Amino acid sequence: MKPASFDYVRAASQEEAVETLARKGEDARIIAGGMSLVPMLNFRLTEPGTLIDISKIADMNYVRAGGEKVEIGASTRQATLERWPELSAKLPLLAAAIPYIGHYQTRARGTVCGSLAHADPSSELPLCLATLGGEVVLRSTDGERVLTAEEFQTGMLSTAKRADEIVAAARYPVARPGHGYAFTEMAQRRGDFAIVALAAVASGTRLRLGVGGVADKPMVHEWDMLEGGALDDALNEFAWDLGGYDDIHATARYRRELVRRLGRRLIEEAKSCRN
Amino acid sequence: MPQLNRDVRHPVSLTLNGKKVQGHAEPRMLLSDFLTHEIGITSCHVGCEHGVCGACTVLIDGNVSRACLTFAVQADGAAVDTAESLADDEGELSALQQAFKKHHGLQCGYCTPGILMSITAYLKEKPKPTEDELRDMLSGHLCRCTGYVGMVRAVLDYCENSGAGAKAE
Amino acid sequence: MADDAAVALKERYVGQPVERVEDATLLTGKAQFSDHLPTRAGTLHAAILRSPHAHARILSIDTSKAAARPGVAAVITGEDVRAISDPFLIVLRQPMHQWALAVDKVRYVGDPVVCVVADDRYHAEDALAFIDVEYEVLPAVVDQEAACEDGMPLVHEAMGANVASVRDFTYGDPDKAFAEADRIVKLRTYYPRNSQTPLEGFVVNAEYHSGENLYDVASNYQGPFTSHPVMSLALRVRNSQLRMRTPQWSGGGFGIKVQIFPYVVLMCLASKIAGRPVKWVEDRLEHLAAAAAAPNRVTTIEAAVKNDGTVTAFRFDQLDDYGAFLRAPMPGPLYRMHGILTGAYDIKNLAVTNRVVMTNKCPSSMVRGFGGPQMYFAIERLMHKVAVEIGMDPLEVMRRNLVPEGVFPYRAAAGALLDSGNYPEAIERAVNEGGLAELVRRRDAARKEGRLYGIGLATIVEPAQSNMGYLSNILPRDERARNPKGGAVANATVNVDPLGTVSVTADSIPQGQGHMTVLAQIVADELGLTPDDIKVSLDFDTAKDAWSIATGNYSSRFSSATAVAASKAARKVRDKLARIAAPGLNVEPEKLEFAGGKIFDPVNPDNAVNLYRVAGSAHWTPGNLPEGMEPCVRETGSWSPPELESPNELDQINTSLTYGFVFDFCGIEIDRDTGMVRIDKYVTMHDSGVLLNPLIANGQVYGAFAWAVGCALFEEFVYGDDGSFKTGTFADYLVPTSFEVPEPQILHMESPSTVSPLGAKGIGEGNCMSTPVCIANAVADALEAEGVNTDDLALPLHPSRIAKLIHGAETAPAAGRPELRPHPEKPAAGHMLTGDGETFVPAPPEEVWRTLLDEDSLAAVIPGCHRLDRLGENDYRADVSVGVGPVRGRFIAKVKLDELVEPESAKLSGSLTGPLGASQGEGHVRLTPEANGTRVSYDYSIVLTGTVASVGGRMLEGAARALVRQFFNRLVAQVGGGPEPAESWWSRLLRELGIRK
Repeated sequence: MKPASFDYVRAASQEEAVETLARKGEDARIIAGGMSLVPMLNFRLTEPGTLIDISKIADMNYVRAGGEKVEIGASTRQATLERWPELSAKLPLLAAAIPYIGHYQTRARGTVCGSLAHADPSSELPLCLATLGGEVVLRSTDGERVLTAEEFQTGMLSTAKRADEIVAAARYPVARPGHGYAFTEMAQRRGDFAIVALAAVASGTRLRLGVGGVADKPMVHEWDMLEGGALDDALNEFAWDLGGYDDIHATARYRRELVRRLGRRLIEEAKSCRN
Repeated sequence: MPQLNRDVRHPVSLTLNGKKVQGHAEPRMLLSDFLTHEIGITSCHVGCEHGVCGACTVLIDGNVSRACLTFAVQADGAAVDTAESLADDEGELSALQQAFKKHHGLQCGYCTPGILMSITAYLKEKPKPTEDELRDMLSGHLCRCTGYVGMVRAVLDYCENSGAGAKAE
Repeated sequence: MADDAAVALKERYVGQPVERVEDATLLTGKAQFSDHLPTRAGTLHAAILRSPHAHARILSIDTSKAAARPGVAAVITGEDVRAISDPFLIVLRQPMHQWALAVDKVRYVGDPVVCVVADDRYHAEDALAFIDVEYEVLPAVVDQEAACEDGMPLVHEAMGANVASVRDFTYGDPDKAFAEADRIVKLRTYYPRNSQTPLEGFVVNAEYHSGENLYDVASNYQGPFTSHPVMSLALRVRNSQLRMRTPQWSGGGFGIKVQIFPYVVLMCLASKIAGRPVKWVEDRLEHLAAAAAAPNRVTTIEAAVKNDGTVTAFRFDQLDDYGAFLRAPMPGPLYRMHGILTGAYDIKNLAVTNRVVMTNKCPSSMVRGFGGPQMYFAIERLMHKVAVEIGMDPLEVMRRNLVPEGVFPYRAAAGALLDSGNYPEAIERAVNEGGLAELVRRRDAARKEGRLYGIGLATIVEPAQSNMGYLSNILPRDERARNPKGGAVANATVNVDPLGTVSVTADSIPQGQGHMTVLAQIVADELGLTPDDIKVSLDFDTAKDAWSIATGNYSSRFSSATAVAASKAARKVRDKLARIAAPGLNVEPEKLEFAGGKIFDPVNPDNAVNLYRVAGSAHWTPGNLPEGMEPCVRETGSWSPPELESPNELDQINTSLTYGFVFDFCGIEIDRDTGMVRIDKYVTMHDSGVLLNPLIANGQVYGAFAWAVGCALFEEFVYGDDGSFKTGTFADYLVPTSFEVPEPQILHMESPSTVSPLGAKGIGEGNCMSTPVCIANAVADALEAEGVNTDDLALPLHPSRIAKLIHGAETAPAAGRPELRPHPEKPAAGHMLTGDGETFVPAPPEEVWRTLLDEDSLAAVIPGCHRLDRLGENDYRADVSVGVGPVRGRFIAKVKLDELVEPESAKLSGSLTGPLGASQGEGHVRLTPEANGTRVSYDYSIVLTGTVASVGGRMLEGAARALVRQFFNRLVAQVGGGPEPAESWWSRLLRELGIRK
């Protein structure tokens, strides 16, 4: 189980990374933490001609709180965000979600933007980005473009990022007053890929629920405030819309059941922690 | 940095357990293979080569890392620490290692060096974890022999009696 | 020294929780495992091309491109292997020929097909992609019950059937017992395929020495060495010409490492062909797909029950799935437990049918528990059901049927000679010390709050040290009488060198259990030394060490086998030293005692001599030794217990030497929303005779328990209906972590074995047998309280499976959303990838039709098509790169269109083959004219096998959907003349049409 041959470039700067990418085109892949990419390389599920390593680019390693968004640079590890002192105050949803991402050991290497770029339908960080309505900053030699989470992730392992672009940063909206945030997921073992992951935001008047692991990408639905049976019906309809898929760990039916049951639990939790 | 071309063995230097070492690696050579087959240390064990089992865990510049998910060229110039670094120069076991021995925290010992490195990094951040926190951290490793009981007891005993948390009291 | 000696005399190390002598080396990362063994310059590295198909005929293999790749020294096929080796010997006389590489056919996903040896592993793996194997895919037989039926595909055509053996056994008068029973309780149980998957995979270093015609092998093979002649016969050399060496350190065995043997033979042959040493290290995907698994078993079990809860007879029908080949020592799991088929119960009447069936799965093998988990799952689930049916407390039913106290040694119906114990007392102690009454209160309180809580019980008898004759029972009586087998030999050697230091070697082939420590304890006690004084070296070499067919690490044989041999060797050394010392001390040798490094007269402890001086004299002044005594001090103890006889004329066999007792109970809670099982409390009582080292003994219990939790809740090798293998990673084959495994409460009772000289029994396998069924019984108890029928409760108890039992019917949303389609329920695994969809094309049906049938435009529609060759009418072969996101592989695609109804509908069928796997599928396309174009609707069903299926499980359905969608998006683009569809106005249109989200 060894990877196929590739050329390796350790980019010293963001400019070098995008220039190399422009030169190499579709044959190149960015590597940051490598937690998702290297297993695929080792299984030879992917055989890029060049790896461009951005993990050492110092000016892409940051967590920066602006007014309404927290921006996280491309080489920022998940553990760095996890330890960011303002995390619970500014991004309570991520504070709740990060412990579910892999393990202590993988968070120490894995990056926030790498997880977004990988676009696994079960992953926590893309789900949080979609639920909060965040953005992804893409950069190439042509300049920069900013996509919403919904525009960015197009499907399973697929994004709207062009081959000559890198995910330069992610922007997560800062928690808003009067809103409650909650996250949960169901996996069989600690750290496993989620069978279903759920993120909820409750304000005084609106409910928003993001679901990962059920469709090809995180799916978000928003309702006017609902209670009781009406909420159950809405969740059932959402679950039914998502459909779900079967794999060896769970049936589509089970996934829908979790959307209904855990979704209900989670929305109540989000409501109760509105500040 | 210039491109390192495929199929060519490039020099890779590490500060391994405090000592400078050098070897050669193609860009695709995994750090786990480099440490074992190029440098010749015996603590970096490969159990899955897809980042789940944790047997190959080492510290790169102090950060806990799966050597099977890292290319040797990525670690060029870095400080790498492995289980060989834990005992003193005379081979006297560290307090953590002694706790593992006392509590029968290992059987075949294949997963053990990686686990010791995770614990070493983790306890620097969290000198006195609860058992739940510790078990959460250890869930990034698979052990097939021990049922984890001995190693959990060993770490809790170490934290109580020998570790940084104990000294702080 | 008198007082010291008296103290030292009391200081025995056996029975103490001595810390392990192994640990310092392991903890410092200095242990040299098999991958660290030195290799000679010029050593080649092997990689193996494995079958992506469960069942296929090999039509051709072209290795020429691979042979020309950089660094490649040799490319070896099944034909090369067949020319210079023989098929492996098997227990049954069946035409089931297996060589080290597949010949003519492949029979499971992972079956080795071609071996490449190159200057390094990376180059060897590179070359695999350049081997062209043409297969004719055959229907696979996967389900073990279906495999027994007539007309099914045959794994081995020459056998004429898939059932390789059927044997019936009767003990006592089961027919009468069933006729006189108040009721008959029956259950059908399913035990899954699983394995303890050691973290270190197989490693083989092999070198052929042509001058000596000798194969020299170093590998982490764990024995039993019954397989040594299997290898030497396959290699066509005398047994002495296969030198097997095993290192002192192994990264876990659990039985699985017996199955290195086909790869030992393969690497030996590769070395012979390449003329250089060859090294092979198995990777995790290879291990999970192709190393070995415990056989999955279907058991139909019946009990003849009296109204007072007494069970008077069992009737078993056991059907074991051994996969594609019976490899030695298979079908052990069906026969190793044979003597103890009545478990811990005093049941005199027994009827058994054993069937061995072959399927297109990885060959089965020894895995910790070795037949016990399967058997006890049936027995203890049935006993639980007996209690439920007659409305009695399961503990009471258990008590009523236990082998009573005071009857040992007790001959069980099928022949096991239970050596010692007190089962009722062990249970009473566990109930009291473990707090069963409190647990019942906790359950009742939880249930009052509406929670799903259950208590389970299980009791088992744990056999240890297998009788080498146990497999003889599979042969008819007259056949086995010609070549009777029985016994189990163990060897150990104690050496005292010229300076009086003591060293020990033995044939235990340790896999992490602490054998060095326990042997040091035993020898230290005999010689009056400390364990630190004893150097134990357990690396092993068939050319130099004492060994026998039973050599190896399996069936919990250490404490009643190798440990006894070592104590015998040490006793011989002690006797010899006493005889040397006696004249000088002027005391009879039998009266001398050993302590504190001295040999002395216990009556006058000052009359003493140092042990090292006495031993040294056997080296330095052999002329002074007593008359007739040989020089030096080196003694080998060999031991085989006389109780291990061949099967008798009644088919009774004492399958193992010692029989421990285990009783477990546990409380579990099920989350109503997720179906997840949480183990609240687990108590396990063991009577394993004398505990040689309680620290290590408890470690064995914790380890067996953890794996058993995996078996109960997580672990299963999953196959699709087509035989595709779906659990090729540690993200799919779920090994429990520290977070899922609670700490069990361990209780001990020590009834010394009467047949094992140290009084010790086995302890490392009991929980593999008791814990899965104990947890299952607890889950059953929780579900039965809700009125759920639990007859079909199958392991592993995945939350998805439990949820299905408790969640009731799913209701579709209320009306008003006509586009909501029903979701038919499918099984969680094994199904084809199916789907359907539709898209709109702004062109008339005739144009769409022309595009599909036109060679050039079809090439444009097929995703990633590099070239398209026409094979016949509407029949094409294409070279394509396809994938989802970054996952991309190069495949040969075959596409065929038929059932053409112009311009309305067509059927597309085809296949993909490439290094990442193989796929076959078919679909239907229907064209419906609409106002401004054509509605194209489609459905498909795809089977996928090989690497992608093994490692991509979670993504497969989505990936298939995405690929099919790519095809139709490109069709839209082609017909509409638009640009690439991604992020075009087309996708917006599709989204609006509700086709894309």
